[in-house]
Amino acid sequence: MNDLDFPILSAIVLLPAAAAVVVALLPRSRPDVVRLVGFLAALATGVLTVWLAFAFDKGDAGYQFVSQHHWIADLGISWIVGVDGISLFLVVLTGVLFPIALIGPKVHRDVKSYTAWMLVLEAGCLGSFLSLDLFVFFLFFEITLVPMYFIIGGWGYENRVYASVKFFLYTLFGSAFMLVGMLALVFLSAKGRPVTFDFRELAERGALAENTARWVFLAFTAAFAVKIPLFPVHTWLPDAHTEAPTAGSVILAGVLLKLGTYGILRFGVTLFPAAAVDLAPLLLTLATIGIIYGALVATVQKDLKRLVAYSSVAHLGFIVLGTFALTNQGVSGGVLQMVNHGLSTGALFLLVGMIYERRHTRQISELNGLQKSMPVLAAVFTVVMLSSIGLPGLNGFVGEFLVLVGTFITRRWWAVVATAGVILAALYLLWAYQRVFHGTPTGDNVGLPDMTWRERAVMAPLVILIVFLGVYPKPVLDRINPSVEALVSRVEKATDHRQPAVASRRETGDR
Amino acid sequence: MTILLAQANPTLIAPIHVPNVEYSAMLPALILIGGALLLLLVVSVVRSRPPWLWTGMTLATGAATMVSSLVLWFDVRDDGPRRVVADALVVDGFAVFFMVLIAVTVILGALLATTYLDREGFPGPEFYVLMLLSASGAVVMASANDLIVLFLGLEILSIALYVLAGFHPRRLESKEAAMKYFVLGAFSSALFLYGVALVYGATGSTNLGSIRTFLASNVAPNGGVLLAGVALLLVGLGFKVAVVPFHTWTPDVYQGSPSPATGFMAAAAKAAGFAGLLRVFFSTFSTLRLDWRPVVFVLAVITLLVGSVLAVVQTDIKRMLAYSSISHAGYVLIGLQAASSAGIAGSLFYLLAYTFMVLGSFAVVTVMGRQGDADHDLSAYRGLASRRPALALAFTVLLLSQAGVPFTTGFLAKFYVISAAVQSRSYALALIGMLSAVIAAFFYLRITVLMYTPPADDGADVRSRPLAVPAATALVVGVAAAFTIAFGLVPAPMIHFARQATLLL
Repeated sequence: MNDLDFPILSAIVLLPAAAAVVVALLPRSRPDVVRLVGFLAALATGVLTVWLAFAFDKGDAGYQFVSQHHWIADLGISWIVGVDGISLFLVVLTGVLFPIALIGPKVHRDVKSYTAWMLVLEAGCLGSFLSLDLFVFFLFFEITLVPMYFIIGGWGYENRVYASVKFFLYTLFGSAFMLVGMLALVFLSAKGRPVTFDFRELAERGALAENTARWVFLAFTAAFAVKIPLFPVHTWLPDAHTEAPTAGSVILAGVLLKLGTYGILRFGVTLFPAAAVDLAPLLLTLATIGIIYGALVATVQKDLKRLVAYSSVAHLGFIVLGTFALTNQGVSGGVLQMVNHGLSTGALFLLVGMIYERRHTRQISELNGLQKSMPVLAAVFTVVMLSSIGLPGLNGFVGEFLVLVGTFITRRWWAVVATAGVILAALYLLWAYQRVFHGTPTGDNVGLPDMTWRERAVMAPLVILIVFLGVYPKPVLDRINPSVEALVSRVEKATDHRQPAVASRRETGDR
Repeated sequence: MTILLAQANPTLIAPIHVPNVEYSAMLPALILIGGALLLLLVVSVVRSRPPWLWTGMTLATGAATMVSSLVLWFDVRDDGPRRVVADALVVDGFAVFFMVLIAVTVILGALLATTYLDREGFPGPEFYVLMLLSASGAVVMASANDLIVLFLGLEILSIALYVLAGFHPRRLESKEAAMKYFVLGAFSSALFLYGVALVYGATGSTNLGSIRTFLASNVAPNGGVLLAGVALLLVGLGFKVAVVPFHTWTPDVYQGSPSPATGFMAAAAKAAGFAGLLRVFFSTFSTLRLDWRPVVFVLAVITLLVGSVLAVVQTDIKRMLAYSSISHAGYVLIGLQAASSAGIAGSLFYLLAYTFMVLGSFAVVTVMGRQGDADHDLSAYRGLASRRPALALAFTVLLLSQAGVPFTTGFLAKFYVISAAVQSRSYALALIGMLSAVIAAFFYLRITVLMYTPPADDGADVRSRPLAVPAATALVVGVAAAFTIAFGLVPAPMIHFARQATLLL
C-alpha cells in the first residue's frame, strides 16, 4: 500500500493549487462556472484524502506514501511529503471542510477571486500538514497567511481591514522566531555533515546541546503559540474570526489553528523531546489558563460569533494540554480533538453564518425564539453545540475524555483545573442557546425561513461525522495510535519522562 | 629633452610600462560608454529623430552589455578570474554578476524612461545618455581592483545620477533632489577619497590585491590610520547604498527625482555600491573582520529598524519606497556581516531579487504619478484593483515579495541572508532582521489594502480618469512580477548563479 507509484500526496497538494490557477483564468462574468470548478476541485481533493484514510496502513507508525524530490539542492532543501497517523486525519479534515466551506455560505461579491484564494489556502494547509521538509513546511505555513488575509480583508465584515492586518502581523511575528530557530537547528545539528532540511533526518541527528535545544524549541513554540493561539498571544483570534466571512471563519477555526497544534506536536515535541518535557509545565499552565479564560470570556460575549471564537481558545487549550501530558491517551486525544474541534466549530460558524444571513445581526440580545421559526436549524445547532460541550455519544466527548484521562495520570492538578473548563463550556453554550433559540420570537425574529435543502446538505456530512466519531471512534483511533505511541516512546527514550504503566497498557496487551 | 636624458642615463627615469589592455575583458563597460557616445553622435548628425530611436539604441546597448557579460561569465567560469590593465580591474564571477545586474537595470530602466519621457514631453536622448554613462560607472565599480579605480567608477556613476535626479526642469522638487544629492554626494566622495588616502598611507598601496597581501603578512604599523581609512571607506560606500546613518538624502532624493530615474538609481547605485562594499570589506579587509564586523552589525541593525519603522509613517509612496529600500540595504548588510561565502551569496541573491522588485515597483509608481509625475500620495492607490486589476495584482506580488512572503524571490532572499547570519552565529542580527520584516510587512500590506479598497466616488477627481498604462511600462511590471514569482517557485538556478559569483577569499 505504501509503495504506491502515483505520488498521491503531491497530487493532493498540487490539485487545489492548479485549480486556483484555472479559476483565475476563468471569466469574471461567470460566477456560477467559477463556483462549480472550485467546488469540484475541492471535492476531488476531498475524495483523494478520504481514499488516503482507507488506504492508510494501520500497523505502520512511520510515514507513508512518501515522495521526495530535490528542489534547491545547493541549500539542502527537498520536496518531501509523507503522512502518518498524526497528520492523516488533519489532511482528511481539510479535504472535507473545504468543499463545504466553498459551497456553503453565499459570496456577496467577486466570486472568482474568492474561490481562487480559497483554493490557494487549501493547497497551503494541505502542504503544511504533509511536508516533511522543514523549509517547505515553513513556506506553506507562511503562505496560508496571504489567502486568509485577502479573504478576511476582502469579504469580511465592518472591521475587516484591522482584523486582517492584525492576523497577518501577529502570525508573521511568531514565524520570525521559528525561522531563526529552524536555521539554528539545521546548521547546529549539521556538525560537518551536509546541511539538510529533511525533518526525518534532523529528528535522527538530534544533536543539539540541552540548553540550545530549549531555546530552539521556544523559538518554534513562539510561532505555533500564536497560531494555536495560546494565552496570552490569542488576541488576534477573536477579531479575525468575528470579521472573517463565514467560510473564512470555518477554515480559520477548522484548519488553520490546527497548524499550530500540529506543528508543536510534529516539530516541537519530536525534534526536542527533552526541551518539551522540561517546558511542559509552562505550556500546560498556559493551556489551562486558556481553557478557563477562554470559557469565561466566551460566557460574557454579546456577539454570537465572538462567543464561538473565544470557545476556540478554550478548546485549543485542551489540545495543548493533551499534547504536553505526553501520554498515549493525552496525545491521541489531542490529535482526535483537533479533528473534533474542526468539525464542531466549523459547523457552529456555518450555523451562525446562516443566522446572520437571515437576521443581519449576530448580537445575542437581538435574537430570541428562533426555535419557533427554524426548528431544523435549532436541532442541528443543538447537536453541534452538544458536541462542542463534549456530551457523551458525540465526538467532542471522546477527545476531551482522552485528553483529561491522559493528563490526569501524569499532570493531575492541571487536569483537575481544566475539567472545570468542560463545565464552563456547557455554561456559555447552553446559556447562549437559551437566549437565542428559546422563548417567544419578537420583532424581526418572527417568521424566519428555516434551513434550505442546500444548507441541510452542507450540514449533513458534518453532523454525520460528529455522531459517527462519537459512537465509533475506533477506526480513527486505530490509525492515530501507532504514530502517537511511537512519538511518546521516542520522548521516553530521550528523557527520564515515563508515563505510568496504566497509560501504556495497550502496548502490553492486557486489556 | 626627456628622451635625451633617458638615453643618456637610462637609470634616471624608469621606462614607462604601458599596461596591456585586454579590451575583451572590459567589453561591458566599453559597450555602455560607446552606446552613450553613439547616442550623442546620432543626435547631432541625424535629422529625423523619432523618440523611439533613443529607446531602441539604449535597449540595444543594454542587450549587448548583457550578451558580452554572459560571454565573460562563461569565460571566467572556465578559465578563472582575469586581472587586466595592470591589475587595476579584475573580471571575476563577482564582477560579472554585477555586470549582468546592471545590464538588466539598463534595459528595464530604458523601458521605464520611454513612458515617462513621452508623457512629460522630453524628446531628447539626454536621459538615456546619462543612464548609460552612469551604468558604465557602476560596471567599473563592480570590477575595480584598485581603490582609485573604485573611486573613478563611483564618480562616473554619481555625477550622471545627480543630473538624472534634476532632470525634470519644471518641478522644483526635482531641482531640490539634485542639489541635495549633489552636495551630500560630494561630501561622501570626499570622505571616501580621504579614506583611500589613509589606507594608502597605512598599507602603501591602493591596489586591493596588494593591500590584502600586505595585511595578510604584516601587522599594520599604523593601525589607527588604517582603521580610520577603512571607516571612511565604509562611510563613502554606505552613503551610496543608503545605510543608516548615511541615509538622510534618500527620501528627499527618491521623492524629488523623476520616477524612472529613482528606479534606476535605487537599483544601479545600490548594486554598484554594494559591489564595492562587499569586495573591499569581505575580500580586501578580510583580516580586519574582527574590527569591521561589529560595526557592520550595528549599521545593519539601525538600518533595518530605521528603514522599516520610518516607512510605516510615510504618506508618499516614493518616500515609503525610499525607506523600504533603506531597510533592504540592511538585509544586504546582514549578508556582509556574516562574513562568509554563504553570506556573500545571500547578499548577491538579495540584490538580484531587489533589482527586479524595485524596478517593477517604480514602474508602477511612474504610471501612477500621471502627467507631471506628482501624484504620489498613497491615496492615489485606493481602488486601483477595480480600475486596473492586472496592474494591482502585479504590484501586490511585488509588494508581498518585498514583505518576504513565501514563493517569491523576496522571501528566498531574506531566507538566504538570514540563514547565513545564523550559520555565522549572529542570532541576534538574524532575529532583528526577521522582526523588522514584520514591521515592514505592515506598510506593504497597507498599500495592498488600499488597492483592494473600493475607490471613493467623486467624479471630479483626476484619479477617476482612465489611467494610461503604456506597453513598455506594462512590460517592465510584468517581467518584474514574473521573475519574482518564477524564481520564487524554482529558485535553484538563481541561487546557483549567486553562489558561483561569490568572492573567493
